[in-house]
Amino acid sequence: MPIALVDCNNFYVSCERAFNPKLEGKPVVVLSNNDGCAVARSNEVKALGVKMAEPWFKMEKLAKQHGIIALSSNYALYGDLSARVMSILSTFSPRQEVYSIDECFLDLAGFEPTMLMAYGQTIRKTIKQQVGIPVCVGIADTKTLAKLANHCAKKRYAGKDGVCDFGRYTPTQVSKLFATLPVGDIWGIGRKIAEKLIAMKIETVEDLRMADQGEMRQQFSIVVERTVQELNGISCIELDAVNTPRQQIMVSRSFGQEVSNYDDLAESVAYFATTAAEKLRKDGSVAANLCVFIQTNPFKKNDPQYTPSRVVPLGEPTDDSTRLVNAALQGVKAIYRSGFKYKKSGVLLMGLQAKHAVQATLFDNAAAQEKSAKLMTVMDAVNRRMGRGSMTIAASGTKPRWAMRRDSKSPGYTTDWDELPVVS
Amino acid sequence: MPGLFCQLKIMPLSLHQAVMAPLICSRPVLVPLYGHKVPAGFPSPADDYIEGRLSLDQYLIQHRDATFFVRAQGNSMTGAGIFDGDLLVVDRSLHPSSGDIVIAVLNAELTVKRLIQRDGLVILKPENPDFKEIVLKDGQDLQVWGVVTSTTKKFV
Repeated sequence: MPIALVDCNNFYVSCERAFNPKLEGKPVVVLSNNDGCAVARSNEVKALGVKMAEPWFKMEKLAKQHGIIALSSNYALYGDLSARVMSILSTFSPRQEVYSIDECFLDLAGFEPTMLMAYGQTIRKTIKQQVGIPVCVGIADTKTLAKLANHCAKKRYAGKDGVCDFGRYTPTQVSKLFATLPVGDIWGIGRKIAEKLIAMKIETVEDLRMADQGEMRQQFSIVVERTVQELNGISCIELDAVNTPRQQIMVSRSFGQEVSNYDDLAESVAYFATTAAEKLRKDGSVAANLCVFIQTNPFKKNDPQYTPSRVVPLGEPTDDSTRLVNAALQGVKAIYRSGFKYKKSGVLLMGLQAKHAVQATLFDNAAAQEKSAKLMTVMDAVNRRMGRGSMTIAASGTKPRWAMRRDSKSPGYTTDWDELPVVS
Repeated sequence: MPGLFCQLKIMPLSLHQAVMAPLICSRPVLVPLYGHKVPAGFPSPADDYIEGRLSLDQYLIQHRDATFFVRAQGNSMTGAGIFDGDLLVVDRSLHPSSGDIVIAVLNAELTVKRLIQRDGLVILKPENPDFKEIVLKDGQDLQVWGVVTSTTKKFV
């Protein structure tokens, strides 16, 4: 049963280019939060040898030399364009699994096998024209193979014009192709496993495909055994079309500059609790526990280190921002010690369950719950309309000292009325 | 009836009892005597006839995922009713045809012009006699970013 894996090319860079044609053909990197390291690279930058997650300070010289354009990440833009891409892709198949912000699987069972290459091209053209994002399409009988086909399409090892369907190749052709691909290119084969495989003389995709399944299970795990089966066209990893709700929600950031006083730290966790609460409500879940953590900078070996955390039970499970912020503040108060320079803090919501499935208890305060639900609905609506952070819990501060550094962020082209693209 | 509360304090439990405890809380828990509202009064006679309110999104947007807003700048399209500062609705899923107002990529900039195809020529035509037509040269590729479907201006 054919499955397609559609993957956006250099997604964050492509999002930037969609609204700024000047970036076309130029070397562009998008930097992580606090402008730390490269999280997306254009092909031109990859050609210069810049690796994924390479710290910015290490490539600054190269950047000057070759005119690399470095942008801060603009997650509001990437999130919106991702939602558009995924929504359009969902019209190409009755079953879709959104795998990450920039890739999804599509079930192509029942489609005419000889037409799949053309269908892949239609998908590519549609996404490029309607959202401006270039994508590659890999088609094969299992998820692992579809991933590999996509990889081949992107690197132009096989397929045509960004689409590769392994179903169009004879078994001999496939074997030949697989013999040229390193085993580490396979989805689910991490660096450690790859190293061990290579030591066992299993160096290419073809080597692993022909490997003894029982031995693979013994040496590694059932996961690697499954990978071998998937490489042989036996589907073991189901398409997960229903989005399973998250088990926990984590919001944490490194600070733009280190903070040591309690108020700044309290503001940061209050802000993260607010953001986590928004995510929680979007999922339709409630949390039973909240964990707060604060961290000093582990890279500054000479500074005293302190990385405490505290779990705060919430009583009856809740999605109310005020209660979550209170719990976060209670937690940070308990763990804060002066005399340390903190670099990071975060909030983790645990014990999540569907809001409608929560067992009522004898001590529920229905009137208060109703009031809280109304307040949160209004807060979310205001923030949706006026932009995130328009209405928030006062404890989370207004112009925080700990805010992320995003020195060269592009405008909110699709999320802010004041920052729309300008045409003349 | 909110306002009528009785206070109930959960006493700290000893260790072996704690297994049974639904929640441990050192603060008092407020329990309302009447937690739920009882509906009263007459239903509105209009209830059965209520329809959704009209929405401008619905009126102006055909393809939600492919529609973007852009801001017009300058006076090159005043003849088509597009003025400086107007909000343009752009549908990127529409196939551009001759006569459409389009957003095109020209010299790495986004520009709004009327697209004209005539005698094998591709022309980007401003709607203002003070501006010159842009005739694409042979081999010059025109990239149409999207088709402008409407313009909006605010008076207040």
